[in-house]
Amino acid sequence: MNRKVHSITGLFNTPNEILNAVEEIRKAGYTMFDVNTPYPVHGIERAMKLKPSKLGYVTFFVGVSGALFAFLFMTWVSVNNYPLIIGGKPFFTWPAFIPITFEVTVLSASIATVLTMLFVMFRFPNISNPLHDTNYMKQVSSDKFGIMISSLDPKFDENSASELLLKLGAKNIELVYYPDDIKIKVFEPKFIIFLLLVAVLTSGTTYFLLNKLMYMQPFSWMSEQNKVLPQTKSDFWSDGFSNRMPVPGTVSRNYIGYEFKGKPDSVIYGLSNPLPFNSKIIDIGKQRYNTFCSPCHGYFGKGDSRLRNQFPAPPTLLSEKVKKWVDGNIFHVITNGQNVMPSYAKQISVEDRWAIVHYIRVLQRAQDAKDTDLENNVK
Amino acid sequence: MEYTKKELPKRVFQIGLILTVIGLLLIGVSYGLNFQRTLFNNLIGFVFAAGVSIGALVLVALEYLAGATWSVPFRRVSEFLAAALPFVFILSLPLLFNLKEVFHWVYINPDTDELIKHKSPYLNELFFIIRLVAIFGIFFLFYSLFIKNSRKQDESGDQKLTRNNVKLSAPFMIIAGIGISFIAIDWLMSLEPHWYSTIFGIYYISSTLLAGLAATTFIVVLLKENGYLHPRITSDHYYSFGALLFGITNFWAYIAFSQFLLIWYANIPEETSWFMMRWIGGWKYVSVLLIIIKFAIPYLGLLTYPSKTDPKRLIAVSIIILFAHLFDVYWLVMPSYSKTIVFGFYELAFPVFIVGIYILLFYFLSKKQNLVPIKDPKLERGLEFHL
Repeated sequence: MNRKVHSITGLFNTPNEILNAVEEIRKAGYTMFDVNTPYPVHGIERAMKLKPSKLGYVTFFVGVSGALFAFLFMTWVSVNNYPLIIGGKPFFTWPAFIPITFEVTVLSASIATVLTMLFVMFRFPNISNPLHDTNYMKQVSSDKFGIMISSLDPKFDENSASELLLKLGAKNIELVYYPDDIKIKVFEPKFIIFLLLVAVLTSGTTYFLLNKLMYMQPFSWMSEQNKVLPQTKSDFWSDGFSNRMPVPGTVSRNYIGYEFKGKPDSVIYGLSNPLPFNSKIIDIGKQRYNTFCSPCHGYFGKGDSRLRNQFPAPPTLLSEKVKKWVDGNIFHVITNGQNVMPSYAKQISVEDRWAIVHYIRVLQRAQDAKDTDLENNVK
Repeated sequence: MEYTKKELPKRVFQIGLILTVIGLLLIGVSYGLNFQRTLFNNLIGFVFAAGVSIGALVLVALEYLAGATWSVPFRRVSEFLAAALPFVFILSLPLLFNLKEVFHWVYINPDTDELIKHKSPYLNELFFIIRLVAIFGIFFLFYSLFIKNSRKQDESGDQKLTRNNVKLSAPFMIIAGIGISFIAIDWLMSLEPHWYSTIFGIYYISSTLLAGLAATTFIVVLLKENGYLHPRITSDHYYSFGALLFGITNFWAYIAFSQFLLIWYANIPEETSWFMMRWIGGWKYVSVLLIIIKFAIPYLGLLTYPSKTDPKRLIAVSIIILFAHLFDVYWLVMPSYSKTIVFGFYELAFPVFIVGIYILLFYFLSKKQNLVPIKDPKLERGLEFHL
């Protein structure tokens, strides 16, 4: 028998006994000992004079690094590497970085905490301890309170340690030995093969379900329908396209041809405003005017637009020339365009164009209002 | 070691009285000098004190509702703070009689202002006063019921009284959430009736909890260090105070930043105007200082384990948080009074007065009652509390 001693263990019956025993063992000069109890005993960490765990430093350091990394990375991406204007904000939009910085801080700190605990403190993949499967462990996990003094302690000596435990009233004082060969169970072939099998099985099943089964009948009935899809090849038509051109001469619904298209405004005749002149129509006209016309002509038709100096200045709509025009002329300019102004026939429907004409009349009148315009002629 | 009742020294009474008298004098002088500004400060004082007292009452209810044991030895402290509810209501009276000096929705003709017109079914003087009276009435009703049971238990030790309070605390929690939101919307948000923020209610709730907890922590640690509380209170109790303060500080920062981020990102004028008011005219410094004293200092001050158990640190941080609560309310209210930064003795009058009143109130209440609920069935477990 030449087995190496791991520790000496002793059992106590009550939490008070163990608190007292811990104090005494600490006073005797031992530093490497541990306590195993069936439930947390309050005050034991103070009696053992345990130092606070170092884990917090790992959490703090990795958390701070994560915060810095996330913040600087986002700064680099959005300022240097791929600057994009988002919502009219500057490239360095630090408030928008805060939520992601926060998430990365929490994520990195918690992952670092768990991994440090697992690999550094618990020494994973080693999941065994000489104390496992001993009588001592069976007792302390049911109703006894145990102390173990490690053989690594500089003061450790089998006889004096067992004497001390005996003096303190410990029962079942036993030596625990290191096992002959330390097997790391995680690395056993059986376990590795099992893991591999599980991995192959799960990924294979997932692959089969998502990439094969969904394309078999009857599951594929929803995706494979007997119809022509746009932008696909067609065997039916000789040119091979599924998309067809409309029959020549087709007009879209509600399309009314404009007979004066491309003609100068001097030839316009017979166009009159079909809409009644009332506040509902004027409101529609105002809304369309503010959307489509005001960027150049200004909200009041004065030609003082938000885009001035970027284009040749548009003429005012309040001039004597426009005032003398019949409605049809204004309609013609909107529909056909003039000089720099393009045609708005595609953006604004026929009715809305007439409503805008009404609203332009209102603007003209408002610039040149008379006393009689006031309701009841109140001054 | 058992609790023996010790009376607070006469000096507490003297300090309270001096502060109250100085505060009253300052208030009188400032009302004479600048009526409107003093009214705004009255509003700050009202909202500040409401935060402390309602926050303390919520802590009392929270203890019953959650079945917490660790806070039982200090419940009386929270109860005493909550006892100031009628005083807080009295603080609102000068404002109620001069609403138009502070809230401009009172005198604006709703026909000329589309938004105020739509909000007028809610924002009108009558409904405003009804809400205030109803909220304080209900809060005071719950306060009296909690206190009645708690005091009765000091004599009879009847466990049923605890069960009654648990039943009361469940509806109170819902009412408190709604009521504090109403106070926030009525007294702080309606200063700018054109402003929208759906998160503002919870913003003030988080401040309220923080204020109540900071005041309780400050008094508990001060009393315990001078031997007026139960001698078996340990550093584990302190740790819980520190952890809770730390948690709610983070919660406040989370809510405050959420409000800022969404408004800043959406960049809609009706929302951003409120933050613009707090950024121009020197208010920028107040805004930045608020982040520092309400988040950065308490966060760093309470981050580590030893700092949460250190009585000196707890006292310092809880005082800073209480001051930050006052500063927060100042930041919420004063930009509506002045476009440029204002600070002077007007701003000191109400805090001095309110602190004086709280000290006096605490002194008189602690004379009549035990500072520890001696026959509470959970007291023993509360004292045995370990992390």
